[in-house]
Amino acid sequence: MANSMQLQKTSPLCKCATGIPGLDAVTAGGLPKGRPTLVCGSAGCGKTLLAVEFLVRGAALYDEPGAFIAFEETAEELAQNVRSLGFDLDELIRQNKLAVDYVHVERSEIEETGEYDLEGLFVRLGHAIDTIGARRVVLDTIEVLFGGLSDDAILRSEIRRLFRWLKDKGVTAIVTGERGQGTMTRYGLEEYVSDCVILLDHRVTDQVSTRRLRVVKYRGSAHGTNEFPFLIDETGISVLPITSAGLDHPASSERVSTGIKGLDRMLGGKGFIRGTTVLISGTAGTGKTSIATHFASAACDRGERCLYFSFEESQNQLVRNLRSIGLDLERGLKAGLLRIHAARPTLHGLEMHLALMHRLVDDFKPQVVVVDPISNFISSGTLTDAGSMLIRLIDYLKGQGTTSLFTNLTHGGQNGENTELGISSIIDTWLLLRDHERNGERSGVAYILKSRGMSHSKQVKGFRLTDHGIELVDVEPTTRNTERPSSTKGGLE
Amino acid sequence: MMTDEKHTNGQPEFWDLRLYVAGKTARSVAAFANLKRVCDEHLAGKYKIDVIDLLLNPQLARGDQIIAIPTLVRKLPEPIRKIIGDLSNTERVLVGLQLRPGNSAGEE
Repeated sequence: MANSMQLQKTSPLCKCATGIPGLDAVTAGGLPKGRPTLVCGSAGCGKTLLAVEFLVRGAALYDEPGAFIAFEETAEELAQNVRSLGFDLDELIRQNKLAVDYVHVERSEIEETGEYDLEGLFVRLGHAIDTIGARRVVLDTIEVLFGGLSDDAILRSEIRRLFRWLKDKGVTAIVTGERGQGTMTRYGLEEYVSDCVILLDHRVTDQVSTRRLRVVKYRGSAHGTNEFPFLIDETGISVLPITSAGLDHPASSERVSTGIKGLDRMLGGKGFIRGTTVLISGTAGTGKTSIATHFASAACDRGERCLYFSFEESQNQLVRNLRSIGLDLERGLKAGLLRIHAARPTLHGLEMHLALMHRLVDDFKPQVVVVDPISNFISSGTLTDAGSMLIRLIDYLKGQGTTSLFTNLTHGGQNGENTELGISSIIDTWLLLRDHERNGERSGVAYILKSRGMSHSKQVKGFRLTDHGIELVDVEPTTRNTERPSSTKGGLE
Repeated sequence: MMTDEKHTNGQPEFWDLRLYVAGKTARSVAAFANLKRVCDEHLAGKYKIDVIDLLLNPQLARGDQIIAIPTLVRKLPEPIRKIIGDLSNTERVLVGLQLRPGNSAGEE
């Protein structure tokens, strides 16, 4: 974000902010002002929606009226299609902030004889622009004309003239185009729109769909070249510029309690450092979720907001299970300080998960985020994908100054000090939980592998779940002391 | 421009035509002249031509879905037919007006 601000300042181009969350960051300020931008993609990728939102936001946020020339659907259909996204086109039309003209060409009723031009289209467009003083224009999808008229040569020269004319009018335009075989658009519109080209994509990998946006070209401006996932939900489109994170996180020295006295003591007596990243790894049933929820609950007790991503248990299950160790999550939930987002990792692709998490964090602005567990993400992507996604998430959370805690499930034979996802190097505090089997009993131990920026205990502590929370005790040389935890979280036998 | 009383002999009795132009360009003048000639020859006394200049009445382009200029719209007899271009090819104009069977449907 800081980067894009700089770009904006040094850019000689005037930008027209779209008002679409994220898109302006990706394009370093918006679309080229007073010029046409081509938005292309295959059917159902969200072109029309992006175009509509460009006009709606322009009218609402920037007081720039917009003209929508629809070649594919009538004004009524268009209004109906976007109503579910909260856009009331009829109201905007009433307020003279929007003009919609449906241009329909029916080849079967047209005979062509002799020379013609598309002046009629220019007249209609000009009329739409002039009646409301439009500053923004959408042509969706002008390529339909190729199906309606047979003289390609005339069409091409007229479309070229149209784009020239739009520039002369000084309106910022979005021209949509259907993706062709091996070309950006079926009829090569990209030849005529040379300033900015945005490609939308809707891909399904392993039965999971992700929408992505890429700025293919932006003449005279720097722009993010990556593919950015975007969401279409009840508020419209949001593009998530998740790769824009840099290493300029604020470094706090404030400490926050872990919610567990014994653990605070191990961490220099004060707990985690605010804004850092904590990883808790351990095998099944070692108490990762218990530690995570203690931390979440402590945050709520301090009056902070906590966003808890639960990828294994539903909210009710979580609340019930933790009640058995004396932790009351309902208080935080009722106070609106705790928000639990439970979802199966396989529900979305990784990008979409990350996108959703961003969205929720942006929305709720939590001081504390818990992801329980991150290991499940492997199930919705490859190992490298999951790793890079987590690094991006961590970067993002750090950038917000959010203290984040991740749990990671390791497997029996595996060395707990390896994270499968390879994120250990960017973790600030790493706590390991392990089961020991001795004298026919399993007992848990916990130790801190590392904790940046503080002196911490190097001791291996006995870890107990009691009906009044977690206790960390010294391990006696004779292990009789570390009796079996008395709670439901006893471990998997 | 010209009207006539109705005939009822199975043939469409009256031709209501509109020619859409944008300003008095050479092409629109030619289109009107070509149209007038065809009509006088084939529809003498039973046609009317309205010339609509979209530069003066841009809002009228919407109703007949005009994009190309010049466009000739046959309002009557139904169904609506459109012929775009300067109407220089008389044969195509006759086919377009369905005065002569062509590759498109003939008389209704």
